[in-house]
Amino acid sequence: MTIKGKAYIAGIYEHPTRHAPDKSTAQLHAEVAKGAIEDAGLTKDDIDGYFCAGDAPGGLWPMVDYLGLNTKKLRHVDSTETGGCSYLIHLGHAAEAIAAGKCSVALVTLAGKPRTGPMPPRASGAEADFELAYGATTHNAYGMCAMRHMHDYGTTSEQLAWIKVAASHHAQYNPHAMLKEVVTVEDVLNSPMISDPLHRMDCCVVTDGGGAMIVTTPEIAKSLKKPLVRLIGHGEAMKGPRGGKDLDLTYSAGVWSGPRAFEEAGVTPKDIKYASIYDSFTITVLMQLEDLGFCKKGEGGKFVADGNLISGVGKLPFNTDGGGLCSNHPVNRGGMTKILEAVRQLRGEAHPKVQVQNCDLAIAHGTGGLLGVRHAASTCILERA
Amino acid sequence: MSEAKKYNAPVTNPETAPFWEAAKAGKFMIKRCTTCGEAHYFPRAICPFCFSDKTVWEESSGEATVYTYSLMRKSPTGPYAIAYVTLKEGPSLQTNIVDCDLETVKIGQKVKVVWKPTDGAPLPFFTPA
Repeated sequence: MTIKGKAYIAGIYEHPTRHAPDKSTAQLHAEVAKGAIEDAGLTKDDIDGYFCAGDAPGGLWPMVDYLGLNTKKLRHVDSTETGGCSYLIHLGHAAEAIAAGKCSVALVTLAGKPRTGPMPPRASGAEADFELAYGATTHNAYGMCAMRHMHDYGTTSEQLAWIKVAASHHAQYNPHAMLKEVVTVEDVLNSPMISDPLHRMDCCVVTDGGGAMIVTTPEIAKSLKKPLVRLIGHGEAMKGPRGGKDLDLTYSAGVWSGPRAFEEAGVTPKDIKYASIYDSFTITVLMQLEDLGFCKKGEGGKFVADGNLISGVGKLPFNTDGGGLCSNHPVNRGGMTKILEAVRQLRGEAHPKVQVQNCDLAIAHGTGGLLGVRHAASTCILERA
Repeated sequence: MSEAKKYNAPVTNPETAPFWEAAKAGKFMIKRCTTCGEAHYFPRAICPFCFSDKTVWEESSGEATVYTYSLMRKSPTGPYAIAYVTLKEGPSLQTNIVDCDLETVKIGQKVKVVWKPTDGAPLPFFTPA
């Protein structure tokens, strides 16, 4: 049993807003849902599967009701919550449900307002008494990964900066990007230190907004008018300190989710034409590239340097929308926008200045939670059909 | 600044209460599995490695080395250094490095446990040895 080729992404929508003081979170979910349904050329009544994560106000029941999904038709729901990579896992789970005949048109939504509204506190588990007092945040949890990666492999701040530089080269062509200015390695190094060794420009933007996608059967996708994009491999994995044995913060759960996805797809990192890699921080990208096998562990610094991630310049064009580092990181969750730009690339709908020629194979990969504490990872291999 | 920080008391539960009772006496406890022999932290009733229920409390030396750290430059309560330290007994754990010049914290540095008061049981932190 495989999901290879069993599900297509027929509709995508990224909310153009990055600042939404005049909208509710539920409203943003509805707006992105409407956008994705219209992009596919379907109607709300076609939806028979719905997926949302922790950003959806109240979860499944209130969202299904608020959106007015047709509950006579809705027959598959999933609220898997794995932080920023939830939507990559949703894509895999939607494909599983479609392959099993449990639904035929799945809607996945993400939206929220971290800039203009309260954010729910991060849920904690059995570790609470033993960790909460130490103030782990995204910045310092990823900072700890970067610090150890530098210690073990000699990775430098200059190398990390190249990741932001590449993202900024792409963001200049995205009219919706929050940060459109092209920056240099020196700009990154001269930006204020936030949590050692991460500078402000090593960090992603905080934006209001959202995104959505429609996942459907091959038959329905072929009946619609959009270029065909299908999922051919998916992997998911989790990692944590697990009792404190053999702690190693220089790799992520991507070392497991990546090979699972590549094996299912029957392709290798060398075959990938475009990569959407979650960029909550520059170190996130560097570690994921290593973990996915684009280079050897410890050689990520060399791999990302000198513009290797810039479309038209380097060998692996990444995050051609400007990514979370420059364009959009709605609700502090980057998984959805990673899928959306990969689909644009495979459709040939990316900005002409960053469109990868003959882009027929792409990866969308992300992590969720705190890389330095507990996190999930999910890898999706997408193909132009 | 971090010295003046107020910490919430641990909530505690039946599984972890012995840890916090020992903490009040200044003892830093870890759990060890008598089936597979592995030590772990934070403490669980069931071994996270072999899933045996034969786990016992053991007093740690409180001696550790810094595995990694990150100095958070700004927060409502001032700068602080989050870290993972690896205990002499094996397990690594999340903590803060305190009571020192935070700019001098280094990977590989020797540290030792130090307790900070709360309204309930004290919380373990680490400081240069």
